[in-house]
Amino acid sequence: MSDGLTGVLPTPWRASRQAALLRRRPLLPLGVLVLLLVVGWALWPQLFSHFDPLLGVPVNALQGPSLEHWFGTDHLGRDLYSRTVHGAALSLRATLLAVLIALASGIVLGVLAGFFGGWVDAVLMRLVEILMAIPALLLAMAVITVLGFGTLNIALAVGLSSVATFARLVRGEVLRWRASTFVEAASACGVGPWTIIVRHILPHASSPVLALAALEFGSAVLAVSALSFLGFGAPPPQPEWGLLVAEGRNYMISAWWYTSLPGLVVAAVVVSANQLARALQDDQGARQ
Amino acid sequence: MRTSWRYLVGRGWQALLVLWAAFTVSFLILYALPSDPVSIMLNQSGEQTTVNQQQVAALRAQYHLDEPLAVQYGIALWHAVQLDFGNSIQSGEPVSRALADALPKTAALALVSLGVALVVGVGLALAASLTRLHWLRDVLLGLPAIAVSLPTFWVGLLLLQWFSFGWHWFPAMGNQGLASLVLPTLTLAIPTSAVIAQVLARSLAATWRLPFVDALRAKGLSPLRVLLVHVLHNAVIPILSLSGVIVGSLLAGSVVTETVFSREGVGRLAQAAVSTQDIPVVQGVVVLAALIFIGVNLLVDLLYPLLDPRIGATR
Repeated sequence: MSDGLTGVLPTPWRASRQAALLRRRPLLPLGVLVLLLVVGWALWPQLFSHFDPLLGVPVNALQGPSLEHWFGTDHLGRDLYSRTVHGAALSLRATLLAVLIALASGIVLGVLAGFFGGWVDAVLMRLVEILMAIPALLLAMAVITVLGFGTLNIALAVGLSSVATFARLVRGEVLRWRASTFVEAASACGVGPWTIIVRHILPHASSPVLALAALEFGSAVLAVSALSFLGFGAPPPQPEWGLLVAEGRNYMISAWWYTSLPGLVVAAVVVSANQLARALQDDQGARQ
Repeated sequence: MRTSWRYLVGRGWQALLVLWAAFTVSFLILYALPSDPVSIMLNQSGEQTTVNQQQVAALRAQYHLDEPLAVQYGIALWHAVQLDFGNSIQSGEPVSRALADALPKTAALALVSLGVALVVGVGLALAASLTRLHWLRDVLLGLPAIAVSLPTFWVGLLLLQWFSFGWHWFPAMGNQGLASLVLPTLTLAIPTSAVIAQVLARSLAATWRLPFVDALRAKGLSPLRVLLVHVLHNAVIPILSLSGVIVGSLLAGSVVTETVFSREGVGRLAQAAVSTQDIPVVQGVVVLAALIFIGVNLLVDLLYPLLDPRIGATR
């Protein structure tokens, strides 16, 4: 049986593949570094910044970037770099939660539709089609209208609005592997449907789903920060990334750094996440 | 001819069904989730201390919230068919009129942006597939990948900072005149052109490998002519099938863009409606977005057979 499987199982990660990947995406290590740094910000903000993100020093209001205040200060004299560092925890947690919600419900719906087929499949896929007819941002805004504002609600809304993409991908993968010989063999041996799904189908579906999750992470950072920018996130003293940029809107003439630098961090995170996602997709494409 | 009529009617029927379903989903999200629109309304007007039970009951009756959900749904659907989405809680104005006022402004912005995005995106993809310099192709194809990763609100604010406050080229806000359209258009066009460039570049590369290209080249046609006349014609189908998504993302992008540039329009209406929890307006915007998406997709479905005769004939 192991002979038949070698064509299907992923080949081990080899040094030559890494070199090829680096040649194609020379900036990938930089992107990974950016992501690691931001995760560090989120986990240990005190380690990376020395100022209180909420405490203002009015004398220092609206100072430009300097060695002491890397990103300058805001209109209340709070250090913007510290605010951005502390905001990472809020914004990344919301993003992660959104992706996890989309992932979990997408897997459940996709497995139900793909494995059981028939009317379940028809109903679920119609639902996915309908959800895709409404732009994700507007769908998220509709959910927020009902749930109210806040970081958690933003995460829920963004997660729910991207369930459809995952459900579609998982369904496709399940359909693909369900027809394979080893699943047929397993079910001939009397293995139950849930064991087949969990032990035999989902592991094979994991790499494209992971690549999509990485891609979705980038768009979720964008969606979460856009909703927070629009004013649907945490209330003002909180340093959520979108809110930081929104607060700077009133000081654009005198303080260019106020909107530019926190926004640049958001952009850098999304560029890095998307680069990682495409590297994952390439890698998985090369395997098949 | 008869098959193509059946194709048309089938597509139209399907579109109506999806539209109905989209209305239902928006109704379920906005009215069936555990929330109390009346208390939201009263909180908004800030008079929760003075209302008594009777007033609450009267409001509930006015919005049919005292009926069972199925009856509420029936009433809402019956009104929606007549393009009546109720009145805005905030202004009391009919939602359909607010939408009709806002739509032309957003449509102008979105259409101009779409035009700019098409020119830039198609130009970028063509340039990338024509050039023989590997580094130039990498740069040209790398640009869209970065452009889709930038937060729209940040791009808009940077443009404002440079072109309005720095160099005073364009007004910073408002709907007045063509000059006020330039920066919002750019903001909306950047991500859209990036999507178009990425999809078209991939599709051009795939089409370029087909055998008919070898035949045309063997006949002695220049690469430029093959690309512009024959390959491009065959490679636009993936872009067309994305048009619904592209128009939807323009509408979603208008929420942020119109907020950044303080423009009036559907996006601004949606932003204001969500911040005041104005449920009827939010539902109106969501249904309008679905209507536009479905309409564009229907139009594209009708265009397919003209571009690729194989599509209409097989159904």
